[in-house]
Amino acid sequence: MVSLKAVLDVISLWALPFIILSIIVFALIKKVPVYETFVEGAKDGIDVTLKIVPYLTAIIVAVAMFRASGALDMLTGFCSGFLQRINVPSDILPLAIVRSLSGSAALGVFSEIANNNPVDSYTTKLAAIMLGSSETTFYVLAVYFGSVGIKKYRYAVLTGLIADCAGIIGAIVIANLFFA
Amino acid sequence: MNFIWSFLIILSFVIGAMNGKLSDVVNAILSGAETSVTVAIGLCGVMVFWLGIMKIAEKSGIAEMIARLLKPVAKFLFKDAAHNENAVSNIAMNFSANALGLANAATPMGIKAMEELQKMNKDKESASDSMCMLLAMNTAGFQLIPATVIAILAAAGCKNPTEIIVPTLLVTCFAFVTAILTAKIMQKIFPPQKENEVNNG
Repeated sequence: MVSLKAVLDVISLWALPFIILSIIVFALIKKVPVYETFVEGAKDGIDVTLKIVPYLTAIIVAVAMFRASGALDMLTGFCSGFLQRINVPSDILPLAIVRSLSGSAALGVFSEIANNNPVDSYTTKLAAIMLGSSETTFYVLAVYFGSVGIKKYRYAVLTGLIADCAGIIGAIVIANLFFA
Repeated sequence: MNFIWSFLIILSFVIGAMNGKLSDVVNAILSGAETSVTVAIGLCGVMVFWLGIMKIAEKSGIAEMIARLLKPVAKFLFKDAAHNENAVSNIAMNFSANALGLANAATPMGIKAMEELQKMNKDKESASDSMCMLLAMNTAGFQLIPATVIAILAAAGCKNPTEIIVPTLLVTCFAFVTAILTAKIMQKIFPPQKENEVNNG
């Protein structure tokens, strides 16, 4: 496993240098004026960033309010009985909910789980798998659709949430197979 | 989204008042708003850099070459967007960067791809099927090595943090395939209201 990780670490390290070098060298061969072209393309970057702000503010504020209100703790309270019956520690629930909403919050919840449970416990490993296999769905929605001014998301939210649920259920099943 | 957003806000006020945490909720508005700008500003630099590099890739024709290689996969996932070279090459790089855990690099690539898809989209306010597919691929969070999680586990004193790599990979693959299949099925259930997605990019 360590060797697989070592190989992937090297690939991760070289991926960006390789892409950027290839693009510039290829352009030089094709006699593209690289500097002028770079500046021409780059100036759109600020515009795009500004376009994202309203969408980001909308979702980040709503999520921050929701967490501050204590609603999350109440939800955890309601569901813990049911979760224990299917052999899922109740500590996991806040993580399962928060991971779709806020990346930094999910990291915080995970650190808490890792510190409050024995590091090699089933709970910590399940949490690790759940967090490692997730992406902050609502952040991705806000940034990607916000950048082009899409306001009607159609089925994108539903698709993202279904994939999140699949990830949660998958994490529980796999963690049971590997670590229970 | 209208429903989810108002639900979060109204519920926060109601529950916050019940729990006596109303002042926390109000503070969260201020700090959340500040965070959102910080996040966007943090993105700005990479965004500017990447759009510059991509312009070079576009002009030199290398983007087109990558896209031609990936056409079969792109056709399955993105139908008519498959012949937009800039979209396909950015989607490919967005996916690879995500897989390698280079989230900061992946975002500008994904946004560039979205812009290309938007050019082909007839209803500029409503997401096209290809856009929803790109989003599904990104929300599933496909990643080969969950580096941050391993780092936290190691910091907490875990003896063998890398043992979560394989199970995490299995879960992330499962979620990724689910996302793509769901997007495919949803395309059929919820067709675009107006005639979407133009034939030529």
